[in-house]
Amino acid sequence: MNAPVSTPTWDSRRQARARRLHRAESLGLARRVPAGRSVALLEAVIEPGDRVCLEGNNQKQADFLASSLADCNPAVLHDLHMLMSVLALPSHVDLFERGLARKLDFSFSGPQANRLARLVQDRRIEIGAIHTYLELFARYFVDLTPHVCLIAAHAADAAGNLYTGPNTEDTPAIVEATAFKSGIVIAQVNELRESLPRVDVPASWVDFVIVAPRPNYIEPLFTRDPAQITEVQVLMAMLAIKGIYAEYGVKRLNHGIGFDTAAIELLLPTYAAGLGLKGKICTHWALNPHPTLIPAIESGFVESVHCFGSEVGMDAYTAARPDIFFTGADGSMRSNRGYSQTAGLYACDMFIGSTLQIDLSGNSSTATVGRLAGFGGAPNMGSDPHGRRHASPAWLKASREAADGKAIRGRKLVVQLVETFREHMEPVFVERLDAFALQEAMGAELPPIMIYGDDLSHIVSEEGIANLLLCRNPEEREQAIRGVAGFTPVGMARDKRAVESLRERGIIRRAADLGIDPRLATRDLLAARSIKDLVRWSGGLYAPPSRFRNW
Amino acid sequence: MEKLEFTLPACAAPASRGFTQSFALCGVVASGNLEVLVGAGAAASVCEISVTTSARGFAPIWQALLSEFAAQNPAGGTRIAINDMGATPAVVSLRLGQALCEYLGAER
Amino acid sequence: MNAALPGAFTPAPSFFEATARQRVQQLLDAGSWREFLPPPTLASSPHLAALDMPGAFDDGVIIGAGLLGAKAVLVAAQEGRFMGGAVGEIHGAKIVGLLRRALAEKPAAVLLLVDSGGVRLHEANAGLIAVSEIMRAVLAARAARIAVLALIGGSCGAFGGMAIVCSLCSAVLMSEEGRLGLSGPEVIETVMGFEEFDARDRALVWRVTGGKHRYLMGDSADLVEDSSAAFRQGVLDCLGSQDTAPATLASLRATQKGLRARMTRFSSCRDGSEVWAGLGISAPQDVPLLERDALIGLKKGLPA
Repeated sequence: MNAPVSTPTWDSRRQARARRLHRAESLGLARRVPAGRSVALLEAVIEPGDRVCLEGNNQKQADFLASSLADCNPAVLHDLHMLMSVLALPSHVDLFERGLARKLDFSFSGPQANRLARLVQDRRIEIGAIHTYLELFARYFVDLTPHVCLIAAHAADAAGNLYTGPNTEDTPAIVEATAFKSGIVIAQVNELRESLPRVDVPASWVDFVIVAPRPNYIEPLFTRDPAQITEVQVLMAMLAIKGIYAEYGVKRLNHGIGFDTAAIELLLPTYAAGLGLKGKICTHWALNPHPTLIPAIESGFVESVHCFGSEVGMDAYTAARPDIFFTGADGSMRSNRGYSQTAGLYACDMFIGSTLQIDLSGNSSTATVGRLAGFGGAPNMGSDPHGRRHASPAWLKASREAADGKAIRGRKLVVQLVETFREHMEPVFVERLDAFALQEAMGAELPPIMIYGDDLSHIVSEEGIANLLLCRNPEEREQAIRGVAGFTPVGMARDKRAVESLRERGIIRRAADLGIDPRLATRDLLAARSIKDLVRWSGGLYAPPSRFRNW
Repeated sequence: MEKLEFTLPACAAPASRGFTQSFALCGVVASGNLEVLVGAGAAASVCEISVTTSARGFAPIWQALLSEFAAQNPAGGTRIAINDMGATPAVVSLRLGQALCEYLGAER
Repeated sequence: MNAALPGAFTPAPSFFEATARQRVQQLLDAGSWREFLPPPTLASSPHLAALDMPGAFDDGVIIGAGLLGAKAVLVAAQEGRFMGGAVGEIHGAKIVGLLRRALAEKPAAVLLLVDSGGVRLHEANAGLIAVSEIMRAVLAARAARIAVLALIGGSCGAFGGMAIVCSLCSAVLMSEEGRLGLSGPEVIETVMGFEEFDARDRALVWRVTGGKHRYLMGDSADLVEDSSAAFRQGVLDCLGSQDTAPATLASLRATQKGLRARMTRFSSCRDGSEVWAGLGISAPQDVPLLERDALIGLKKGLPA
């Protein structure tokens, strides 16, 4: 160390990387590491205070590496800064409860939202921010670049190339940010193969491969059993299709997760086809391979679907429909969450999804007191991107309505589809979102709002459609929201004359105004009424998980 | 459990159609669902409705929903009985419409 | 099957999804249904009222008379969505009354559209007595050479006391969606543990209790598609071929002997698919996905 202090060092990260690799090598750990030595490897290459990206989202999970990290010695590894798309597994929370990790930047925490909220209140965890997926990936390339990433792939070959298969998901974004900033990439794989169907991650970007004792967990999150779709959901789907999809000619879109939008997917080959809308709506999608989209695909409604991830049981189906899905030369689908989120943000004309609460400004949120959950990708899908510059008829029509035809840019359609009451008679329409109470309880800088009111263009409830684009002031907007809020306290407090005048102006449209007879909203309209119907539509290619079968 | 009784002003059912059956029953008493039984009532100018519901404390919502139903449908001269297991207003409205339609024998 | 061209697939109106009232209307000759004790003739269950629970106007079962293929039939249809189709005091009395009426009217058959988890626990002894009275009434009708057919294709299947009732009938007709078993999956899991039987594994539940398994085992005389039209045809076929001779001591002994042999033969099996392999089916894993006609063909080809 006799160099003058003033000489700058430009490769400190690379030197750190070499140091870490050397520590592993001195323990006899090279490229292929046995599962039994995973803890030794992690303790050798990770250093206290590191930013560690642990792969896991609402579908695929690097679950073996997560539990290995949770088994590390807190005296050796501590103060880690975890970067995670989704905090989903008990072992994820264990990292903080055992004192291995201190800080967290993430997007979604669905199943662990209660435990996470308690950790925050007990001051045992520091939350950097709750991001959207795209936002979190973006920060990997700016100020949250991982020192080490722990990822999941389906298979590796002897050289260390990885095959991620249909569930590629977040892996490319995580690996690229880590490998090209002198970080260390550790992959768990389900199996070693002589040769891979295709290479999703080249070996030179990967440092260590561990064959996990069990295949990585994948949650069938986007499977909705048509048997559970209600008549009210069928009615709302009819309203949405006739009053919005047809009205704006929505061709490029994303659907949120849930039974409300599953009902729309299952009405495309029946109700929408009957309205002559085939080829005029719903041709191009940014969407996971929803089993409930199978009938629409088989009916020729759909031209293209790019996927964030895959879905359990859909691999053979997607592989057999390469005109529709993005598939490799090997035949299997490739998903990519980063690109699909970008597609949903910039290349789609509409997002439609559900929420738990909507307030009088149109802000909506799924956050409830006592749960710190985040929203994953919904805020990306459900926002009007000001960076968009290409036009489409739906985008232009929406902006003409919003600005009396004087717009200099277009506008995305952002639609919330809700029944006025949830189960247990919880009203969806509220004066004040729980999100504000949660913000106070957590001492957060921002209330956890999923979709901001100024991005929202329409609300569909069983009572009708409120077109917020056509509202000219906050008072009209408030009455338009009250006007579809049914018998909730918010709905019953409506100014009836104001609501009738909004209805005359077409800002509120009831079923009758759209020529829809609610009594025709029966489950007979669904193209499939059971999971088995979906299997039949797929010609036997869809293989649903056993928990969804009744045969 | 709560029992509610309403006598609501309603326009009379169209006489020309005539009643095709003595009662109509729609829906099932199951979680989030209800059954609606429509039969002949005492007076042509009112709709009598009795509700038995598993969910307590929602009388004002029933009052508002049923008043609107009676005002907007030809429900006069009917007596309606409801067994409810926590159905949402959306489901209640849908069932009332189905049952009345079936009772009046209206063409669909 | 209409799934040969996937794009053309449209699901037929489902028996599984229909309410008890819809099933009866769809099953019988149009316009022939006449309900006995229609609402609001009867009071709702006093037992449920005492527990502060809303009852149903028909206590979860409708009974009446109608024609099927111009033949007079008496019908009872349980509503599986009301308290799991469970048999309470009024519910049971309606079915018993219908079966007793059959002794006087001598219809071509009594059809029991079973959709029930068994006895309504809320009504305790009254429910247990009701189920035993149904059993006795079924046997009395059969002794009078009246065919009693059990049709099982609803969401609750036929479990507990109603499974015993079905087994006492002249014949059982099931759809693949139907289930038949003495103890329900959740009961087995609760009593014997998750390792013994995972009630959430729906595919396993159907491999052990579902219509295909019961048909392969001979517990169900026929396997029909999940539609009222298919059940209707199944009943017509059955009425044509049904031997209405009441059971004799010799026939009961023979049945008992067969059941003993079956228990010995399959006692080590842990899953329906193992039983199917034992029956000589070479690809038991494919059975759950076979369409109805293919399965009928498969059974015909099995060694006797």
